[in-house]
Amino acid sequence: MTTTPRPPEVLRAPLVVEFPFTRSLGPVQSAFLSGLRDRTVLGVRTTAGEVLVPPVEYDPVTADELRDLVEVGTTGTVTTWAWNPEPRRGQPLDTPFAWVLVKLDGADTALLHALDTTGPDAVRTGQRVRVRWAEERTGAITDIACFEPDDSTPGQDRPAPHTGEFENPVTGIVAAARLDYTYGPGKAQSRYINALAEHRTVGERCPSCHKVYVPPRGACPTCGVATTDQVEVGPAGTVTTYCIVNVKAKNLDIELPYVYAHIALDGADLALHGRIAGIPYDQVRMGLRVEPVWTEGGRYPDHYRPTGEPDADYDTYKELI
Amino acid sequence: MRPPIRDIAVVAFGQTDHRRTTDEQSEVEMLMPVLHQVLDATGLRTSDIGFTCSGSSDYLAGRAFSFTMALDGVGAWPPISESHVEMDGAWALYEAWTKLLTGEADTALVYAYGKSSPGSVRDVLTRQLDPYYVAPLWPDSVALAALQARALIDAGDTDEPALAGVAARSRRSAESNPHAQLRGGDVPHGDYIVHPLRTGDCPPIGDGAAAVILAAGDRARELCERPAWIRGVDHRIEAHSLGVRDLTDSPSARLAAENAGAFERPVDTAELHAPFTSQEVVLRKALRLGDDVRVNPSGGALAANPVMAAGLIRIGEAAARIHRGESRRALAHATSGPCLQQNLVAVLEDSAQETR
Repeated sequence: MTTTPRPPEVLRAPLVVEFPFTRSLGPVQSAFLSGLRDRTVLGVRTTAGEVLVPPVEYDPVTADELRDLVEVGTTGTVTTWAWNPEPRRGQPLDTPFAWVLVKLDGADTALLHALDTTGPDAVRTGQRVRVRWAEERTGAITDIACFEPDDSTPGQDRPAPHTGEFENPVTGIVAAARLDYTYGPGKAQSRYINALAEHRTVGERCPSCHKVYVPPRGACPTCGVATTDQVEVGPAGTVTTYCIVNVKAKNLDIELPYVYAHIALDGADLALHGRIAGIPYDQVRMGLRVEPVWTEGGRYPDHYRPTGEPDADYDTYKELI
Repeated sequence: MRPPIRDIAVVAFGQTDHRRTTDEQSEVEMLMPVLHQVLDATGLRTSDIGFTCSGSSDYLAGRAFSFTMALDGVGAWPPISESHVEMDGAWALYEAWTKLLTGEADTALVYAYGKSSPGSVRDVLTRQLDPYYVAPLWPDSVALAALQARALIDAGDTDEPALAGVAARSRRSAESNPHAQLRGGDVPHGDYIVHPLRTGDCPPIGDGAAAVILAAGDRARELCERPAWIRGVDHRIEAHSLGVRDLTDSPSARLAAENAGAFERPVDTAELHAPFTSQEVVLRKALRLGDDVRVNPSGGALAANPVMAAGLIRIGEAAARIHRGESRRALAHATSGPCLQQNLVAVLEDSAQETR
């Protein structure tokens, strides 16, 4: 059955991507972050004698390995700034603040952080500031809670040599991140998902090679053109290949082992995948005829079960494996 | 720089209309009409293309390996020679140009796409920052650009009215660009987003795609009446730590331009990928662009900034001016990373090396 596509009923859903990257630290980064935990700011001296804060392990100019740690001051001078009237999630302060690059006393380069002050009129390049330490420090850049205005004059302090050795050094950080999206699957996949909710499986036909793709993605991967006509396929289909899953996925309440299969629905030129149930796992076979099963209120087939028909002949589905 | 061993040209360019949101379309649905534009312009079919290269970002899409879905749009079966960069499409073009230089292919399809609308691009871009010292503070892209703008103002290189002038000129130029998202001189400059940058100093957030076809030598002449010959391409990067860099200058852009041959003779057009008004100030100086150079006649990234495609669009717009006979020698620039950390420069001409 062929129908013209309906006006798109575009689907949208929240999509949250969270990743707690666990990162190991090299010797210099470990010393720097261990130092912050202990209220000490370290820099590293380059081959040319400059002091980089925050410190890096390789010279940005010569690529030489850098290990010559020094301690710098906890007061410094703003080299540039930007007033942030609406702090965003994750930023150092939740009240309006200034982003600042601060050259700490004894350092030759500047560190990015936040400055807690009253407004853009209270910030200027050249302003003196000091570190405000976080109450709980774990060995992370956020151990500096922020900077705050300071009335000291720049001293003539020279950076002091430092071994970089700390008790219980921090050797890694967990860089947690969360990004929020509103995901839209587009026209073709919206049509497919909407049809599934009505217990229909809809593919789309390529106007050029006439193959029917299911699930449709809006394009024919062979011809590189938009698929056009909607085609209802199935409901029954043939298992073209399968595997037996013995590993339990997180948050998946399915008894092990279970069977995951490629299923060529009748009328489709591409097999889709689904779980096979209603038959012992060791009796699933290529050629098995199956049909989709929707659970009460389900928007998509929960699994496929045998139809009871005789198995399909290999030649009828071998092109779709 | 040694002259390229083959003459390679941009022979076709296409782009979508850039819009705040395209939530009714998947990425491949957004991209496909653009692919067809450049194929139709050259009469090539997907099966004729020697090499395909794309630029996009999983972080924008919020999904791993998101670019593989877009491959349906280029007819990736039977198997094709294909590559992808997790960068702006300008870098995909660089890879394709290199491939053509080797002689392994005579034509290349380069495309790029980005949908900023599903997520928050200011937050997404924080994930490209140094994960140890910077990313945990979540400094967004506007904040970092604002630090650079302040440094320029303090150095006396610009001021807020001059920056507003850059925005107004860009959006006036975009009046003749039917694809632009923001057009016209009456776009309000708006309130401060992050002081000293106002709404008008920042690029619009939007979705879009672009595609280019490259061809070598006689193949280019067959496919295009007036090919835009690539004189050179180069890209350079600076230290990731902002505090190490002089934010008022762009030595990487200057070096890339020098290596691409930009300074050998004057250019008449420059398409600069400067998403923030202040970045145009930096680039004009670094690339030694005089007042006689037409900068961003398309409106530039201030008129439409589909992330991951905006740099490729600069090369495409520069090439299209050569195709139309409006430019004889154009510079195209793309950037990536915070505060112009990475820069790519391509130089395009209306005649091939051998005919000069």
